[in-house]
Amino acid sequence: MTALHDLTVAQLAAALNRGETSSVELTRAFLARIESRDREFNSFVTVTPERALAQAAAADARRRSGDAGPLTGIPYVHKDIFCTRGVLTSCGSKMLSNFIAPYDATVSERFNAAGLVMLGKANMDEFAMGSSNETSHFGPVRNPWDLTRVPGGSSGGTAAAVAARLAPFGTGTDTGGSIRQPSALCNLSGIKPTYGRVSRWGMIAYASSLDQGGPMCRTAEDAALALNVMCGFDVRDSTSVERADEDFTRNLGNDLGNLRVGLPAEYFGPGLDAGVAAAIRAAARVLEELGAKITEISLPNTHLSIPAYYVVAPAECSSNLSRMDGVRYGHRCERPKDLLDLYCRSRGEGFGPEVQRRIMIGTYALSAGYYDAFYLKAQKIRRLIADDFVRAFQEVDVIIGPTAPTTAFRLGEKTSDPVTMYLSDIYTIAVNLAGLPGMSIPAGRADGLPIGMQLIGGYFTENLLLNVAHQYQQATTWHLQAPPHAG
Amino acid sequence: MEWESVIGLEIHAQLATRSKIFSGSPTAYGAEPNTQACAVDLGLPGVLPVLNREAVRMAIAFGLAIDARIARRSIFARKNYFYPDLPKGYQISQYETPIVGRGCLTVVLDGGETRTIGITRAHLEEDAGKSLHEDFHGMTGIDLNRAGTPLLEIVSEPDMRSAREAVAYMKAVHQLVRYLGICDGNMQEGSFRCDANVSVRRKGAEKFGTRAEIKNINSFRFVERAINHEIGRQIELLEGGGAVIQETRLYDPDRDETRSMRAKEEANDYRYFPDPDLLPLIIDDAHVESVRAALPELPETKRERFMLQYGLPAYDAGVLSADRALADYYEAATRDVASEPKLVANWVMGDVLAYLNKEDRDIAACPVSPAQLAVMVRRIADKTISGTMAKKVFETMWNGGGDPDTIIDAQGLRQVSDTGAIDAVISQVIADNPRQVADYRAGKDKLIGFFVGQVMKRMEGKANPETVNALLKGRLANS
Repeated sequence: MTALHDLTVAQLAAALNRGETSSVELTRAFLARIESRDREFNSFVTVTPERALAQAAAADARRRSGDAGPLTGIPYVHKDIFCTRGVLTSCGSKMLSNFIAPYDATVSERFNAAGLVMLGKANMDEFAMGSSNETSHFGPVRNPWDLTRVPGGSSGGTAAAVAARLAPFGTGTDTGGSIRQPSALCNLSGIKPTYGRVSRWGMIAYASSLDQGGPMCRTAEDAALALNVMCGFDVRDSTSVERADEDFTRNLGNDLGNLRVGLPAEYFGPGLDAGVAAAIRAAARVLEELGAKITEISLPNTHLSIPAYYVVAPAECSSNLSRMDGVRYGHRCERPKDLLDLYCRSRGEGFGPEVQRRIMIGTYALSAGYYDAFYLKAQKIRRLIADDFVRAFQEVDVIIGPTAPTTAFRLGEKTSDPVTMYLSDIYTIAVNLAGLPGMSIPAGRADGLPIGMQLIGGYFTENLLLNVAHQYQQATTWHLQAPPHAG
Repeated sequence: MEWESVIGLEIHAQLATRSKIFSGSPTAYGAEPNTQACAVDLGLPGVLPVLNREAVRMAIAFGLAIDARIARRSIFARKNYFYPDLPKGYQISQYETPIVGRGCLTVVLDGGETRTIGITRAHLEEDAGKSLHEDFHGMTGIDLNRAGTPLLEIVSEPDMRSAREAVAYMKAVHQLVRYLGICDGNMQEGSFRCDANVSVRRKGAEKFGTRAEIKNINSFRFVERAINHEIGRQIELLEGGGAVIQETRLYDPDRDETRSMRAKEEANDYRYFPDPDLLPLIIDDAHVESVRAALPELPETKRERFMLQYGLPAYDAGVLSADRALADYYEAATRDVASEPKLVANWVMGDVLAYLNKEDRDIAACPVSPAQLAVMVRRIADKTISGTMAKKVFETMWNGGGDPDTIIDAQGLRQVSDTGAIDAVISQVIADNPRQVADYRAGKDKLIGFFVGQVMKRMEGKANPETVNALLKGRLANS
């Protein structure tokens, strides 16, 4: 029999339903794995065993009383960016290393209401700023496929934990690729929904107009199940979209006949690793065999997405992070001599170098005299990029390409050169700028390391992306393979 | 050389919503520090603002009252600066696209002349918390109860030419927001406060002089004094060959002077940008029309109607329409004694206001109801009581006495018009004062007052003074 930790969420839910296991048993198994294995990965900032076991016992009671939902009793790891009442919510920063949230994020509330069991809080790049999980105050996370390599970021803790089978699935947030790129680097199926699908209430803001939460799982089916719990209109988030709830599993079984798939020429240019390119072209052929029609398309403004992103995101973060001032909560410097000193030292000590860099870039971009040249221009570019996609989706239903230009890189390899690091997100950022749904699924290996294929759809087409991903996973086995360090 | 001053005001009116502009916390004044601040008001990580619909309605009502265009699409922006009582490190405000566009307000000056003052814009924003510098031994306490209270910032054109005009405009705005029920207007509690932009120029010059901004003035008296002081300072500076610099100044009412807070170069760069947490505010025509339909009668219209409908002089109509509750009181009393609108006006403007002032009460807390006042006025009109007696009746009613007719009977205040009874008293007075009678008959007409007084005194004030007067004149003339 397969070990419990190797089962998917769908399989675990079925086992719970059949009474073959209990939530308490599952929770104990995963807690034991975290206890014995996470030293290698450093994927958790906080483990919450007592809380988890209490939630698990409550879930089992719910199931006995016939009140269980589809995922009641399933354990998960929660990115440490989501506020959780009574539990440290650090956002990977020294600044919030003493912040016990007094309230739950909407996503946390929804998971609690659905009876899921939180194992702990996942490590992440500080304030979600990074592509390697090396900016965390709590130390870097290691990739279970190769401990000398990064898991990607910013949701690197969740990626490593789920890949290493320390949790059946987890949550991530994606501002420029932070769900998809670590999913690609760790062989996971992660989806960033359309902007406005998942409530941002209680999800600590990096760049408000780009941030979106989503699940990181081993299969597309699991992602659909998790998304069913995460999504939903929330009056507390003014950017939340008021739409009827959908069942994201409902189209998984559709066949791909008549599906029009676009391959953007711009996603196969210089900088793309040859092994990755070959794997994506092979994946396209698999889709073709499943009935899809592949065409080459163009997204001509792709090259503008990184410059636009590195104006918009820092601008918003420079303002979003102003509340971390050492006055009411978070890190405060010792013996400030006056107000300015309190601000400067609390923030100087509390924020790491990448966060400080982005705050400074953003402050500059919003300054009088530069606003039009930077922020306003970046907003216009966003429109151009969104228009590229609108045009493309007149010809095709889904766009596919590489999620990241390379497989997982070595720890420390890019830390001294921020711009090279920023290029890790070259294929994912445009999706955030346009507010579209995007997904990454396992699609091959290069030198034994996972390769992710990105699927991009039109607004609110998560169902279609999950359908394509699931059908691809019915025909392939990449997603089932466990990393060497998950034994 | 003559100088002319140019003044513009930025008025901050706290909107009288029950909850804050972006959170569900209550806005009531005076609670224990930090007891009315929720996660949103504290600026905790992860919280998000949700716009208060009622604040939007109030802003629209103000816009309609000043004939302004209501923006069908307006944007909330972040004004970024660090201050301990600004929890998020930015204030959510409106910058390039305010909800209320250009409008105007007609202002009546003391002499009765009117001026039309342009209003550039009015926009919604959130108030900051308060920094408390006393009681913390060299440290500062922060109270965030006020943080997130909705404000309407009303920006005037530089249309005022004297401190007196500025005060008249500020009073007109104060009256308007209270009429609309969108602000309680309480200046001591900071619900209504203003900044003044002041400059001077040579009379006849076209270009404006360099202006100074005087911050946070919280009474009508201080506005006048602060502006006059600032005008004087600037003229003195210019006449001495100096130059006014663009700066922010603070008025110190204790010393009656303004002093520099910060110069233009030290001003913050607020790095305004659209708040990505809030979508553009879209208002449709139907909503605007529903707000318009619910607007109350405005002060200007009411004043004119009072003159027309009740035949009141302009002054009376102005006083009675100054406050919506006072006007309602006046109209309720007048409805019950429709034949005497002027007499009711005299009593409301006289004893009612005097008693309220003396006890520092609001018209809403007036112990004499409009119906009681109306009965009393009717008794004056039908000569049951004299005006002098009425003052006693009013005083008794004020102190909880109730129905005027009962008071009149219980205290025996009914006026005596019976000529026989009065005549008998007159005979006694004439008999007791032979010398004064002789003097009167010798031509000292003024002594009539003495005789009236004697008669009234003997009749304990209850005689009808007109009857006494007429009878006395007749008796004194017959020698």
